[in-house]
Amino acid sequence: MSTVPHISMKGITKVFGKVVANNNINLEINSGEIHSLLGENGAGKSTLMNILSGIYIPDRGSIFISGKEVTFSAPKDAINAKIGMIHQHFKLVEVMTSLENIMVGQKTGFLINKNKVIKDIIELSDMYGLEVDVNKRVYDMSVGEKQILEILKVVYRGATILVLDEPTTVFTPQETKKLFKIMNKMKEQGCAIIFISHKMEEVMEISDKITVLRKGETIVTLDKRDTNPKELAELMVGHPVDLSIKRVKVERTENVLEVKNLKVVDEEGIERLKKLSFTIGAGEILGMAGIVNSGQKELCETLIGMHPVKEGEIYFQGEDIVGKNTREIIKKGISMSFIPEDRLGMGLVGSMDMVDNLMLKEYQCQKGLFIDKKPAISRAIEIIEQLEIKTPGIYYPIKNLSGGNIQKILLGRELAANPKLLIMAYPVRGLDINTCYTIYDLINQQKAKGVGVLFIGEDLDVLIQLCDRVMVICGGEITGILKGENATKEEIGLLMTGHKNELQEA
Amino acid sequence: MPRFIKRDEISKGRSTSIRIFSVILALFVFSIVFILMQKNPLDIYASMLKGAFGSSYSIRETIKLAIPLCIAALGIAVAFKMHFWNIGAEGQILMGAFAASVFALKFPEMPRPSLLLIMMVAGIIGGSLWALIPAVFKAKWGTNETIVTLMMNYVAIKWIVFLQHGPLKDPNAKGFAKIANFTDNAILPEIFKVHIGWIFAILLVLFIFIFMKYTKTGYEIAVLGESEKTALYSGVNIKKTIIISILLSGGLCGLVGMIQASGISNTLVESVSGGVGYTAIIVAWLGYLSAPVILIVSILFAALQQGGSFIQTSYGIPGAAALILQSMILFFVLGSEFFIRFKISKKEGDAK
Repeated sequence: MSTVPHISMKGITKVFGKVVANNNINLEINSGEIHSLLGENGAGKSTLMNILSGIYIPDRGSIFISGKEVTFSAPKDAINAKIGMIHQHFKLVEVMTSLENIMVGQKTGFLINKNKVIKDIIELSDMYGLEVDVNKRVYDMSVGEKQILEILKVVYRGATILVLDEPTTVFTPQETKKLFKIMNKMKEQGCAIIFISHKMEEVMEISDKITVLRKGETIVTLDKRDTNPKELAELMVGHPVDLSIKRVKVERTENVLEVKNLKVVDEEGIERLKKLSFTIGAGEILGMAGIVNSGQKELCETLIGMHPVKEGEIYFQGEDIVGKNTREIIKKGISMSFIPEDRLGMGLVGSMDMVDNLMLKEYQCQKGLFIDKKPAISRAIEIIEQLEIKTPGIYYPIKNLSGGNIQKILLGRELAANPKLLIMAYPVRGLDINTCYTIYDLINQQKAKGVGVLFIGEDLDVLIQLCDRVMVICGGEITGILKGENATKEEIGLLMTGHKNELQEA
Repeated sequence: MPRFIKRDEISKGRSTSIRIFSVILALFVFSIVFILMQKNPLDIYASMLKGAFGSSYSIRETIKLAIPLCIAALGIAVAFKMHFWNIGAEGQILMGAFAASVFALKFPEMPRPSLLLIMMVAGIIGGSLWALIPAVFKAKWGTNETIVTLMMNYVAIKWIVFLQHGPLKDPNAKGFAKIANFTDNAILPEIFKVHIGWIFAILLVLFIFIFMKYTKTGYEIAVLGESEKTALYSGVNIKKTIIISILLSGGLCGLVGMIQASGISNTLVESVSGGVGYTAIIVAWLGYLSAPVILIVSILFAALQQGGSFIQTSYGIPGAAALILQSMILFFVLGSEFFIRFKISKKEGDAK
């Protein structure tokens, strides 16, 4: 390997209005290296990568590729320099096949030699272990398959420098493993890979080098072997952090929720939930683990009355709530928040301001024809302070805020409603470490108040540490309910893939 | 190379000045046409202004044009807020006029206040039922409301024409295909020499403003428009909300039909709507679906029409010219939206 770094970014500065997103950032990446960028939301990771891929133009600073200075004024220039960016949100055409997606926007002649393209694709997929069905349409693909297609697309365009922006946010452990395999294979072939992630374990597993960014500045670049998660977390946040999650002890009393033999079918008549039975006690956190689309969403929607029940009973504080509509269920004190993969989706209205969004859940409880906005206004100010939401004001449309801040607004609203049963699906999806812990603390506070919590999560470490019991589902079926203190990741992982728990229920 | 940068936030004053500037720019560009016609554009614009607001008579005429535009635009705004693209105001106006006229013609001797009240209710019901049809189609079968409402305009027009030539043809009109004139009992009284529709308009602006901003239903309509899933999630009764907003939207348009038939044409003719239903769409958009702004925009549009017909007679400029000017203004105002969202910078490397 040459001594000149493959990519070198020097003194990069980028200012948006009053916000300094990148301040004099230096980054060096060698070929055959997986280099992680760590940093909290707003630390400048995405800005830096958008500069590298030609989407933003830096105010100051220069980029060198193999020692030669380059200037990018458009993404096209970056592609020509063999930089391939994989965005957090996929840039694929849903109705097209893999092959068509790869060919779109290619400079070919008038006629397209499909067979040659297919041959090239197969060659590339063999080289990097990228298995893709060229004739499959994107809307039929899982998230993992889409990711692989995205990589194949940029590789086909000749990329040898790959930028992955939070690629594993919505992945199952299996999909992540597969992605890591591909990344390692590409590394062996001499590619340089830049990996952006919030997940400390992943960063520790895959990286060769780690650069920590904080508030738009490079803090340090470390060799993985010389560091540990605790040190990295402290470097990211800028002060010592405690990485353990407290499990608050609460005397479990009566059941808040009791679900018996719940069966739910979707619009096409396919069974989505198969005879689920479980309970949640007051002051208990029940975790729920499972591969994406194992019925989590259906369960959430059913409990809140958005989805009809086929069979079974749901008792909330001893009262059967099957057949009640959403409005009645919310009034009874059940709160549900589901952070979808695109993070905005359900539960918030992007073009409305914070006040209007905070009213969404409780305006029906107000009497009369008119809406009183005053409580929502004072709550907005409270939530901004409590959750450190960065916004120009309470009347600012929330869609212009960053993903993390939008999410905080949603969670803040659900917590402020003082529910008796709190259902949270993926509440920390894509949030930085500091905010994650704020949220865990908030959930624990609710628990201490005697609220029953259903916590649907992806991070098994968190589930084990935070929850009193962990329920695992697979294909709409409960494969096991484990005690949080005794559960292991391996065991949950097995249950997630359908190996039933032969042991007694915890 | 100049670059466009997304603005973070823009003050109300600045966005208003950009819009006003765009109107001035439209007038400026259009002066080229007048110059080619060897007329002094400044003179023409001045006399347009005079034609619209120059005398108490012209002000009254402008207001008469503004009334239907304003009320219909309010109705359209309610549907648009829910992202229900109601292009059918024209038809709803006609059906409202039709329903009101049935009573005006059937009970010509009924005392004035009760007859007018019945006509108003009939007009509102006529318009709202006409609007309900595409709404039900959409709710049940997912049809495209833009196309259905648009097509139903033609059904309504032809229905009125059929009535003129057939069942409601006035036998005393010497073979001329028209519907009999209303009796005085069926004609709206005047206040300050303008039929009382202007009072309705002002009251309705207030009503819609409060309805959309401070009532639960208004809030639900806005949420539903943005995201059906979110509305469902927060417990909004979706079907009920759709029906309320469409009945309100069509009802307001139907009321316009009644006002126009009773206050302007004094009978039922197909020109009762006269394109108001389409112009009102533009008014609703330019008014940002906000009731007070719609009031202002409808007066400006009425002035443009009134001024346009004035220069037609005094300068011999074809009426089409005024229409082009209208569309030119619309074009420029819509174009100005870009500059409200983005600013231009010459500085290299400031792009987003």
